[in-house]
Amino acid sequence: MSANADTHSHDDHGHHHKETFVTKYIFSQDHKMIAKQYLITGILMGVVGVLMSILMRMQIAWPEQPNALFEALLGKWAPDGVMDADIYLALVTIHGTIMVFFVLTAGLSGTFSNLLIPLQIGARDMASGFLNMVSYWLFFTSSVIMISSFFVEFGPAAAGWTIYPPLSALPMAQGGSGMGMTLWLVSMAIFIASSLLGSLNYVVTVLNLRTKGMSMTRLPLTIWAFFVTAIIGVVSFPVLLAAVLLLIMDRSFGTSFFLSDIFIQGEVLHYQGGSPVLFEHLFWFLGHPEVYIVLLPALGISSEVIATNSRKPIFGYRAMVMSILAIAFLSTIVWGHHMFVSGMNPFLGSVFTFTTLLIAIPSAVKAFNYITTLWKGNLQMNPAMLFSIGLVSTFITGGLTGIILGDSALDINVHDTYFVVAHFHLVMGISALYGFFAGVYHWFPKMFGRMMNKNLGYLHFWVTAICAYGVFFPMHFIGMAGLPRRYYTNTNFPLFDDLANTNVIITMFAIVGAIFQFVFLYNFFASIFFGKKAEQNPWRSNTLEWTTPVEHIHGNWPGELPHVHRWSYDYSKPGHEEDFVPQNVPLYDGEEELQH
Amino acid sequence: MTAFLTLIIVLFILVAIWQMVKIFDLAQVGSSDSQVATDKDNKINGYMMMGFLVFIYAITILSFWYLGDLPLTSNAASEHGTEIDKLMIISMIVIFIVQTITQFLLHYFAFKYKGEKGRKALFYADNNTLEAIWTFIPVIVLAGLIIYGLFTWTSIMNVDETDDPLIVELYAQQFNWKARYGGEDNTLGLANVRLIDIDRANILGVDESDPYAQDDVITQELHLPVGRPVLFKMRSQDVLHSAYMPHFRAQMNCVPGMITQFGFTPSVTTADMRQNPDIQEKVENINNIRLANSVEIEAKGQELLYEFDYLLLCNKICGKSHYNMQMKIIVETQEEYDAWMKEQKVFKNSLINN
Repeated sequence: MSANADTHSHDDHGHHHKETFVTKYIFSQDHKMIAKQYLITGILMGVVGVLMSILMRMQIAWPEQPNALFEALLGKWAPDGVMDADIYLALVTIHGTIMVFFVLTAGLSGTFSNLLIPLQIGARDMASGFLNMVSYWLFFTSSVIMISSFFVEFGPAAAGWTIYPPLSALPMAQGGSGMGMTLWLVSMAIFIASSLLGSLNYVVTVLNLRTKGMSMTRLPLTIWAFFVTAIIGVVSFPVLLAAVLLLIMDRSFGTSFFLSDIFIQGEVLHYQGGSPVLFEHLFWFLGHPEVYIVLLPALGISSEVIATNSRKPIFGYRAMVMSILAIAFLSTIVWGHHMFVSGMNPFLGSVFTFTTLLIAIPSAVKAFNYITTLWKGNLQMNPAMLFSIGLVSTFITGGLTGIILGDSALDINVHDTYFVVAHFHLVMGISALYGFFAGVYHWFPKMFGRMMNKNLGYLHFWVTAICAYGVFFPMHFIGMAGLPRRYYTNTNFPLFDDLANTNVIITMFAIVGAIFQFVFLYNFFASIFFGKKAEQNPWRSNTLEWTTPVEHIHGNWPGELPHVHRWSYDYSKPGHEEDFVPQNVPLYDGEEELQH
Repeated sequence: MTAFLTLIIVLFILVAIWQMVKIFDLAQVGSSDSQVATDKDNKINGYMMMGFLVFIYAITILSFWYLGDLPLTSNAASEHGTEIDKLMIISMIVIFIVQTITQFLLHYFAFKYKGEKGRKALFYADNNTLEAIWTFIPVIVLAGLIIYGLFTWTSIMNVDETDDPLIVELYAQQFNWKARYGGEDNTLGLANVRLIDIDRANILGVDESDPYAQDDVITQELHLPVGRPVLFKMRSQDVLHSAYMPHFRAQMNCVPGMITQFGFTPSVTTADMRQNPDIQEKVENINNIRLANSVEIEAKGQELLYEFDYLLLCNKICGKSHYNMQMKIIVETQEEYDAWMKEQKVFKNSLINN
């Protein structure tokens, strides 16, 4: 049954050097510890990011009204408790940056790629434990720098998470474009270095360190997702790094890559010949693939969780892999749909409309495959399963409106309105967050050897699910009324007065939803210490990580690495007593491996 | 006061959560619960899934009930706007149908196949016919939408300069808009921010030596004659802005260092739009809200009652006062437009000579 049954007792992996507190918990090179470091840093950054969104929502619902919470948290930026317009934009910017990069890229991908890649492919550790450690500490450094930008004189970057120049390039255009923007750029440059080290490590590990029998077609979909995500990251993150470096040059060394013909505060600046549109191209060449860097790991996690808890093979394994590859390829040639009204050639708009709407096809295939996996299953409603089903639901709801936004003719009208905010929060924010929660609930026993409380998990899911729709569903309609995003207050437009009540309702849902995340935080941190001790394979899953001992050991498996004899989705396979057959169980005489 | 109440509510909710947490914890003392879902959990959550499906449908219906006038899909004030509206409504119907069906299947299956001990799931890993079906259906639907969308896009973006459009420059700066008309010759004089001379009131950097520039007219309000094509040339002097005219289904970024353009034909005058029953209903609704909040509104120095006007909004984050960068647009008959234009100062007369 378990990996230990057929092992010989020799140690050839040479990992048994003495560990001190520092090498075990701080500068650890063990992928499981690094995964936990990513997870906890990601959660802390998530708390900060969500708190910012609540401050913004309160400002939108009760504009320019004094609020004790503002006064307490924002200090000098909320004189007499009234939020300043500059800090509102700073909150918009840093909320976006933190959630997209620090929580849903590093927190999600960093945690689960690190934890699962070696465990699910049957490797002792990542290809390079040292690079992995450096990757985490670069991420940590960039987090500290990003947060520290709240403590500089004119506040953090406030040009939106897309930091389009010239707004981001000129300190005189905006308070946040001074020191705050410098810190943002430095932080992101370090973050990108971290992300690249991590991604290279994931790619190399998946290609080289698969255990005997683990062919690419036997990989769990989680690994496919992490693998392809890492490739997208390696291809597209360097382009953002280039944009960041060029912007630093423009800001600090007088070059004109993105700037030309500017008159501001009574003087003409020397910049000549650059173009902000060039920056937009460079930014979105990462920016759009980034959506899939965020989303694919979540989809991989939900594939695994849905199959395990449906007690059924994932439907259409090959189609799932093909659609991941198709999405990855298409994601690199659609960036222009963020720029339909940027002033680029309208013919490019046509091309990007075409490629963008193509992405709907693999996405639809994935959604239908998830639904078919549920069909005639024996669904075990663990919290991870609920979050995975929730993910499919928000992925569909949010994804469908992409048909409107990806269509250049329609985008003219809803571009940069709340319609966009609703769309991307559902399809990448909430969906990826659900994937993150699903992963935490599912692999918590593997990470900490204890179980999370399921009833708190149910409470957490249902309140979150209702609030997520309560916040973002009506927001589509506000956008359809033409309300632009990133407005500090809408009170200067009587035209939008009839949307004020809806904004209050949305804020209420947001506040309740945010408060109930404390249920998760409590459950998470309390369960680390007081949770029920976990069994070796609590969800009766097929993948290799559940064949390792509950107590973590360096090198993952005592003795020899497990050999793989089948794919990871032999759930409820006829001819087997149990409703699951782990990957290391050999085929019995006459058993056929499914051709997929 | 509001702040205090909010804090109290937050506090109460925190206490409530704390209490619930304790109840859950106490309920588990001594039980042999393994924290893995039991049949009972499956059943409860299965029913919850159905409940959630009802919730999704309910919030959809409620949103349409209260917010369903969707100003961006009806009463377009430009000729191409009705084309966009048609495409928008078709896309929304497609989305609505797919959403209703897939959410039903997802949540209904989650309810129908909730786990029970002893039951075995169907081992069903692949079916090429099914995969082909749900690859090709989206392909066909999307092909339709793409072709329709591309025709619409091309016809909007390709401005036909032969039908003598009115040339208007939209000039953006932190944080206001200016409009510049070509004047008698309908041709804009050359301009560059390097030529800005505040002392001479040449605030747009128009080239004083360009003969085409002499009769240009710079205004704070955008007046457009109904029925005549307009070609906007957008400029920005400092950072990115975006000229968003939602009623006309028009938007284009203003980019420092380059001139962008967008053209449309206004089809309804402001006066006619004010008579439109949908708009009247909306205005009445808004005015009821404003009357209810009259104290705050007057304290801000705004006019209490709202009258409908077309607007140009800034829709690209541009700094501190981004939220208040707007310009009134007035669509009127050719005669009214001509009369208004006569009152405006031409560029060469607007300069201060010193």
